[in-house]
Amino acid sequence: MSRPDGAQHETPRLKRASMSLCAVFLAAVFVSALLYRVPLARANTLVADLSEHLIAITTGFSGANVLLFGATEDVGDIVVIVRGPRDPVLMRRKSRVAGIWINTASMAIDNVPGFYALATSKPLEEITSESVRRRHQMGVENLPIAPPTAKASPNIGAQWKNGLIRARQRSGLFQREVGHVSFLGRRLFRTRVSLPANVPTGSYLVQVFHLQNGRVVSSQTTPLFVSKVGVEAEIFDFAHNRSALYGVIAILVALVAGWLGHVVFRKG
Amino acid sequence: MQIYLPIAEMSVNAFLLLGLGGVIGFLSGLFGVGGGFLMTPMLIFVGVPPVVAVATQANNIIASSVSGVFAHWRRGNVDFKMGWVLLAGGFAGSTVGVGLFSLLRGLGQIDLVINLSYVVFLGTIGALMLVEGTRAMMRRRRKAAPRKLHQHSWMHGLPLKTRFRKSRLYISALVPLGIGFGVGVLSAIMGVGGGFVLIPAMIYMLGMPTAVVIGTSLFQIIFVAANVTFLQAAQNQTVDVVLAMMLLIGSVAGAQVGTRVGSRLQGDWLRLLLGILVVIVCVKLFVDLFTPPVDIYSLGGSL
Repeated sequence: MSRPDGAQHETPRLKRASMSLCAVFLAAVFVSALLYRVPLARANTLVADLSEHLIAITTGFSGANVLLFGATEDVGDIVVIVRGPRDPVLMRRKSRVAGIWINTASMAIDNVPGFYALATSKPLEEITSESVRRRHQMGVENLPIAPPTAKASPNIGAQWKNGLIRARQRSGLFQREVGHVSFLGRRLFRTRVSLPANVPTGSYLVQVFHLQNGRVVSSQTTPLFVSKVGVEAEIFDFAHNRSALYGVIAILVALVAGWLGHVVFRKG
Repeated sequence: MQIYLPIAEMSVNAFLLLGLGGVIGFLSGLFGVGGGFLMTPMLIFVGVPPVVAVATQANNIIASSVSGVFAHWRRGNVDFKMGWVLLAGGFAGSTVGVGLFSLLRGLGQIDLVINLSYVVFLGTIGALMLVEGTRAMMRRRRKAAPRKLHQHSWMHGLPLKTRFRKSRLYISALVPLGIGFGVGVLSAIMGVGGGFVLIPAMIYMLGMPTAVVIGTSLFQIIFVAANVTFLQAAQNQTVDVVLAMMLLIGSVAGAQVGTRVGSRLQGDWLRLLLGILVVIVCVKLFVDLFTPPVDIYSLGGSL
């Protein structure tokens, strides 16, 4: 939204200042809405939601599927990005020293999403240009996860980045396949987001983009939480908050289990 | 049936873990080794993060060792006096070993050192056991006179001579103390109970009877593993009790079966079988050192 010019004409009298500011602001909004319809239209062309906003990790957890559904006002293409919590990671590179493969270099990379999945209604290249894909980080190759240029030249940095992407793809946390967003009729759409069993816990962001003629006309961001609940959460909290006691209990459990095993098998 | 592991943050098939625990427990009862040198690689292979695998298998080893010790104790095969002396050395050694571990990790070469020490120690011990086991069996076949329990060497000239009745030994207490120390250092670096190093050392360096060696080694391993479990849980929060429980249900049962089978087998056979097992693991690790990795770039775990 463009900043209204009228806001600069502030009256010295404080009482009226806020009122007149408001009036000027509203007028500016009205004018800009007339001039550029897009900003107002943006808010309305897309509505999307998830079937659930909390993924609970319980004892039997083996991954989860979340349904994303929504509607657009006009025809167009849909791109969905699911992104996990960001963390710094440490990468290592091996090289051959006297025939043995040894880690010879390491690189810390900040802000790496713990999960990344993409779903589109058409192949991404057909939907939009490379510059738009890069701006909205559509596709893992467009994630800004290259090491800083102070630490590595762009060329070397790209190798680290690709290595990181491959490592995350092997663990299934960066999904290799692009999911499919299917339309029901011309305006209703849906897609399935599948989270593997090893998903990191934390808050995720689900971004839905509505594109027309290669331009993003509207977008919406929905949160998704992945957290441990019940026994799993209690064990995790206990292990982290009272770690010494946890260690003692773990030892006692093992001692008792060993003794029980002896007793049971002696009689059997 | 999938089960979610809260500390490892992944889900694994429960029967796979039970089976894995059973096999390791069986070996533990049979040979008296904790089984850590097999368990850790297997868990990592399944996908458990290495730090969690190392810490959790220590917890599991406590259970299988306790189960095994009771069985051996009933047969009178535990030399407690020797066990305590080894343990004293072991505690000192593991403290030094933990310091060394941190130093190597700071240098970024801990993985390599772990792999190399596995190859060197497993290779040496495995080869030694194979040769010795085969030779002993050949001798028996020829119905030759039984060999001497042990040869006298410089070690028998050391002070603090002590009588270990169960082991039928009269040697300097410094020898088992030193062996315990060395094994303590190794077990801290390699993340294992150290049975596979301790047992050959007890047989070949101390000259203890094989039957007593296994029970005594298990006795010592309980305390070393308990120490490791506590330190890992308190410092790194990497002990996964759910994983440990699944493994120890299998391993406690397996240890009992293993002990029974072990008592029917002759000592020479046991040594030969353990030797073969050790050599197989060693060859696998040796080949891994030279095999080009899947990707030269890898995630280095926590910062």
